[in-house]
Amino acid sequence: MSAVAVEPRESVAVEENYLSDHTVKSWLLTTDHKRIGILYLISVTLFFLVGGAAASMMRFELMTPKGDLLGSPDVYNRLFTTHGVVMIFFFLVPSIPAVLGNFLIPLMIGARDLAFPILNLMSWYVYIIGGSIAIYILMFGGVDTGWTFYTPFSTMYSNTMVVHAAIAVFITGFSSILTGLNFIVTIHTMRAPGMSWFRLPLFVWAHYATSLIMVLGTPVLAIAVALIAVERGFGIGIFNPNLGGDPVLFQHLFWFYSHPAVYIMILPGMGVISEIIPCFARRPIFGYRFIAASSLAIAVIGFVVWGHHMFVSGQSMYAGMVFSMLSFLVAVPSAIKVFNWTSTMYKGSIRFDTPMLYALGFIGLFTIGGLTGMMLSTLAVDIHVHDTYFVVAHFHYIMVGGAVMAYLGGIHFWWPKITGRMYSELLGKLSALTVFIGFNLTFFPQFVLGYLGMPRRYFEYASEFQVLNVMSTAGASILAAGYALPLFYLLLSLRQPPTAGKNPWGATGLEWQVDSPPTTHNFDFTPRIDRAPYAYSPVAIEGFDGYSDHGSH
Amino acid sequence: MDTATMAHTNVAEHASDASPLLLHQFDDVHQQSESSILGMWLFLATEVMFFGGLLTAFAVYRLLNPREIALASQNLNVPLGCVNTMVLLVSSLTMALAVRASQLGRRKDVVRMLLLTMIFGTMFLVVKGFEWRADYHENLIPWINFEVPHHQAEEVHELGLVPAKMELFFIMYFFMTGLHALHLIIGIVMLAIMAHLVHRNWFSGSGAVQIEVAGLYWHFIDIVWVFLYPLLYLISAH
Amino acid sequence: MWNFPLFPDQASSHASSIDALYFFEWAVAIFFSIVIGIAVVVLAVRYRSGSKVDRTNPPTHSQFMEAIWIAIPFVIGMVMFAWGAILFYDMYDPPGDALEVSVVGKQWMWYIQHAQGRAEINELHIPVGQAVKLTMTSQDVIHSFFVPAFRVKQDVLPGRYTSLWFQPTKPGRYHLFCAEYCGTNHSVMGGWVEVMEPAAYERWLTEGGSGPSMAEEGARLFLQHHCAGCHRDSVTVKAPRLEGVYGRPVPIQNGKDVSFVTADVAYIRDSILRPKSQVVAGYEPIMPSFEGQISETDLLKIIAYIKSLSGKEAVR
Repeated sequence: MSAVAVEPRESVAVEENYLSDHTVKSWLLTTDHKRIGILYLISVTLFFLVGGAAASMMRFELMTPKGDLLGSPDVYNRLFTTHGVVMIFFFLVPSIPAVLGNFLIPLMIGARDLAFPILNLMSWYVYIIGGSIAIYILMFGGVDTGWTFYTPFSTMYSNTMVVHAAIAVFITGFSSILTGLNFIVTIHTMRAPGMSWFRLPLFVWAHYATSLIMVLGTPVLAIAVALIAVERGFGIGIFNPNLGGDPVLFQHLFWFYSHPAVYIMILPGMGVISEIIPCFARRPIFGYRFIAASSLAIAVIGFVVWGHHMFVSGQSMYAGMVFSMLSFLVAVPSAIKVFNWTSTMYKGSIRFDTPMLYALGFIGLFTIGGLTGMMLSTLAVDIHVHDTYFVVAHFHYIMVGGAVMAYLGGIHFWWPKITGRMYSELLGKLSALTVFIGFNLTFFPQFVLGYLGMPRRYFEYASEFQVLNVMSTAGASILAAGYALPLFYLLLSLRQPPTAGKNPWGATGLEWQVDSPPTTHNFDFTPRIDRAPYAYSPVAIEGFDGYSDHGSH
Repeated sequence: MDTATMAHTNVAEHASDASPLLLHQFDDVHQQSESSILGMWLFLATEVMFFGGLLTAFAVYRLLNPREIALASQNLNVPLGCVNTMVLLVSSLTMALAVRASQLGRRKDVVRMLLLTMIFGTMFLVVKGFEWRADYHENLIPWINFEVPHHQAEEVHELGLVPAKMELFFIMYFFMTGLHALHLIIGIVMLAIMAHLVHRNWFSGSGAVQIEVAGLYWHFIDIVWVFLYPLLYLISAH
Repeated sequence: MWNFPLFPDQASSHASSIDALYFFEWAVAIFFSIVIGIAVVVLAVRYRSGSKVDRTNPPTHSQFMEAIWIAIPFVIGMVMFAWGAILFYDMYDPPGDALEVSVVGKQWMWYIQHAQGRAEINELHIPVGQAVKLTMTSQDVIHSFFVPAFRVKQDVLPGRYTSLWFQPTKPGRYHLFCAEYCGTNHSVMGGWVEVMEPAAYERWLTEGGSGPSMAEEGARLFLQHHCAGCHRDSVTVKAPRLEGVYGRPVPIQNGKDVSFVTADVAYIRDSILRPKSQVVAGYEPIMPSFEGQISETDLLKIIAYIKSLSGKEAVR
C-alpha cells in the first residue's frame, strides 16, 4: 500500500473560500454548514464564558464554610442553576456536534453540505432564541431550581422564573433535534461513492450514535419541561402529590432524556479522540469496528439506565437492581474504546502536538470518570454518595475532563482546517498541560469531599470540609487560566495569513484533501473513496519530517 | 496514490444541467427524495417519543388513580369521538389517494384529494371544537372552571374519590387533544400549500415525493388519534 | 487547620461493609488507571517519533484482545453489581426489633418524633447498638435524610412515607444533612445525630418530665378527631375494630372480588386520608375523608397509636 501523499502545495491564501464574503447578511442568512459551524462556535463560546463565570463565583464562595462572600443563598442557588443549565443545554450538548460535527461531517463523507442546509440554519436560530431567553432570565431574576427542575419545588415552591427556563430548554431542545435529524439523514444518503459504512471515520460513527439520542431522547425532555411550564403557569396539578400527581414521575421523564444526554456530550468527544490518536500515532486505529459498534452500544444502553439517578428516590428495590445492572453494561463499550485507543499507540510513531496532548489527557480523565461511574452504579455505595460532591466530581471528570478536553483537542486539531491558520504550538501545549493539572486539582478533592458526606448544592458547609474546598478553588483558578489561554492565542492566530495548507498534520481523512479554509462547495470534484480510513503507515512515516507545508514558505 | 481519487462530476457542470428543483447539495433527484423521506421518518420518530412521553405519564396516572380517571372519562362524548375517528380515518384514505394520484402524475386528482383531506381535517377540528365548547359549558376545563359534574357528585362523594384526580384527567385530556389539534392545523396548512403548489404546477412532475412526505405526516396524526381515542374516551366503557 | 478528615466516621453497622465495597472499587479503579496510565506512558516513550524500534506490521485488530477487554469489565461489573445489590438488599428491610422514630421534613428543618413521646428539631438522639427505623414524610418539597457516618440516605417525599434504618455502633455526634436540593436554605437544613449510651439515652428520653408517648398522643387525637366513636364501641355505626390490624393482611372489597392488602403505614395513612379508596370487606364506605384536616405530625401519632394496638386482639 502506498504512503499517504502529502504533496507540497502553493499557498492558498488568495483563493476564494467559505470565509471570503464578509457581509453580516451573508453570515446571518448562510446555509453553508461550515459557516453555521462557525456561528455555533462563537455562540457556544459565549455561553461557555457565562457558565464559567457562574462556576468561578461559586468556587469563590466555597472558599469559606460560612455563606459570607456572595451574601445570600439565593444568589448561590441561582448561580449553580445558571451554571448547570447554560453548560449543559447551551454549551456541552451543542459544542462538538454543532460546531465540529456541522463543519466536518459533510467534508468527511465527501458531501457538499448537510442534507437540509436551511434546517441547519434554522437550528442555530432556534438555539439563539432559546439562548436569548436564558440570558433574559439571567438578567431579570434567574432560576433557583437546579438544572434538574425537580417537582414539587419547581412547580409550587420556587419564586423564580421557572416557566421562562422551561420554555428556554424546550425551545433549545428543538435545535438539537434538528441537528440530530440532519446528521442522520446526511450520513445515510449523502456519502460519496465508495464511502461505505465501514469506511466512515469514527467521528462520523460517534455523531450518528449521538444523533440517535438527540432525535429520540430530546422530545421526552421537551414534554417533561412543557408539563412543568403548564403546571406552574396555570397553577394546576400535574406532578403535585396533593392533586393526584406523582413528583417521581417527573424524575423518570427528566432522566429518560438527561441520562442519555450525558452520552450526547461524551460520544462526539470519543469521536474526536478516535481521529486524533491515529493521526499522531501515525498508524491505523486499532479495532475500528469495535470502536464504531461501541458508540452505538453506548447510545442504545444509555436509554435504559436512567433509573440509576433515582436509587434513593423511593422507587422500588427491584427497579433499583435492574437499573444498577444495566448501568454496569455501559462500562463494557467504554472500556472497549479506552483499550483500543491505547493499543493504537503500539508500534506507532508518536508525535506530541497539542491535539495529541489533549487526547492523552482525555484518556486519563475519562478513565477515572468511567471507573468512578461504576461506583455510582453500585447500589449500596450510591446510597451514600448520591447527591454529594462525589457525583459532582464524577460527572465533571466525564463532561469536563472528557467532553471539554475532547472539544478543545478537536478545535486545536481542526483549527488549521477551519481557519487556515496555525496557532502557537508552545502555548497550545502549555494550555493542554494547564487544563489537565488544573482540572485534577479542582475535581479530585471533590471525590474525597463527597465520600466524607458533603452534599452538593450547598451554600454553607461544615468547617472540616474547608481545606479540600480551598484546594478545589485553587485548582479552579488554574483551570480557568488553562481555558483562557486558547481563547487568546487562537484569536491571535487569525491575524496571520492563512498559510496552514491543506494538511498540516499529514492526516488521511477526506477533510484534509480540500483547501484550508475549504471552498464554499467543499469539493471541486465528487471524491471517490477506495480504502478504509486511517491508512497511516508508521514505517513509511519514519523519517518523514513532515508536518507538511504550513508556515514555512 | 491519493486517498480519494477524484472523479467525474464537476460541480459547476452539475449545477448547470441539473433540474431546477434539485438543491445544490444533492447529486441527483433520487438522493434528494430519499433524504426527504428519511428526514420525515426521523421527524415522526421524534414525534412518537414526544407523544410517547405524554402517553406514559397518562398511563401511570391511570394506574395510580383508576377510578377517578374512569369516572372523569365518562364525561367525554363517545359518539362524537367515534365520528371524529371515522372522519380522520377517511381523511387518511383520501390522503393515500392523493399520494397515489401524484405518483400517477394526475395533477387534478392530487389537488382534489388534498382538498378533500383538508376538508375532513377541518371537519375533525370543528367537531372537536364543539366537544370543547360542551366541556366548557359543563365546567370541565381545568384552571378556568373545573368542577365535578353534578350527576357524578354523589358518586364521587360516596366512593370518596378525589376531585383533583378527575381534574388531572382533564388536564391530560386537554393537553393531548390540544397538541393533537395543533398538529392537525399544521398538517392542514401544509396540505393547503402543497395543493396550491401542485395546482400552480410548481413541482416538476406532480410533486410525488413532497406529497408522499406530507402524507407520512398526515397518517401519523391519524395514528396518534387512533391511540388517543380509546385511551381517553373508551377506558371506562364496559 | 491541617487536622481535617479525609474519611468519614464509621458509626453504623452498614458502614464497614459499604466501605469494604468502596475500597474494593477504588482498588479496581486505581489498578486500571495505573495499567492504562503506564501503558500510555510506556507506549508514548517507546514509540515516540524518531525512536529506533520495530514498527513493522502494526496490528489493526484482534478479536482475541477485544474479547478479553469485553469480558474483564463485564465480569468486574457484575461482581460489583452483585456485591452492591446484596448490601442494598440488607439495607432495605429493618430488623423486627427496630426502634421506631418518625421524621417530618419541611423547608428547612427536620421534625423528629420518638415513639416514647419526646420530639426534637434538627437533632436525633438514639441509643448505641439499637437498630432504628425512621418513617419519613415531607410537608412540602422533596428532601433527603442523609447521615454520612451511617452511610445511609433516603429521599423524603410529600404525600407518602419512605423509610430508612440503621444500627449505630459508636457513640458520638454525627452530621445530619438534607441531600436533596430543597430551596433557599437547603444547605442549613440539617443538624446532628447524637448516638448515646443506652443508659444516657433512657435518661434523655425522660428528661423534661415524662410526657405522653407518641401512641398516647395518638390515642388522644383518636378521640379528638372522633375516630373512636365508630372504631371503638359503637353500636349504631359498624366500623372495623383496629386492634391487631397493623401488619396483618386486610380483606378489601374490590367490586365483587375481595383482595388482601397488608395494613402497613402507607395503608393506614391512605385509609385515614382517602377512606373510600380501599374499604374493608363487609363494611359500608361511610367514613369521611380527613385529607387536609390532620397535620403530618399528628398523622404519624395516630398511626403510632394504631400500631400500638397491634398486640391486642379485637374484642368480638
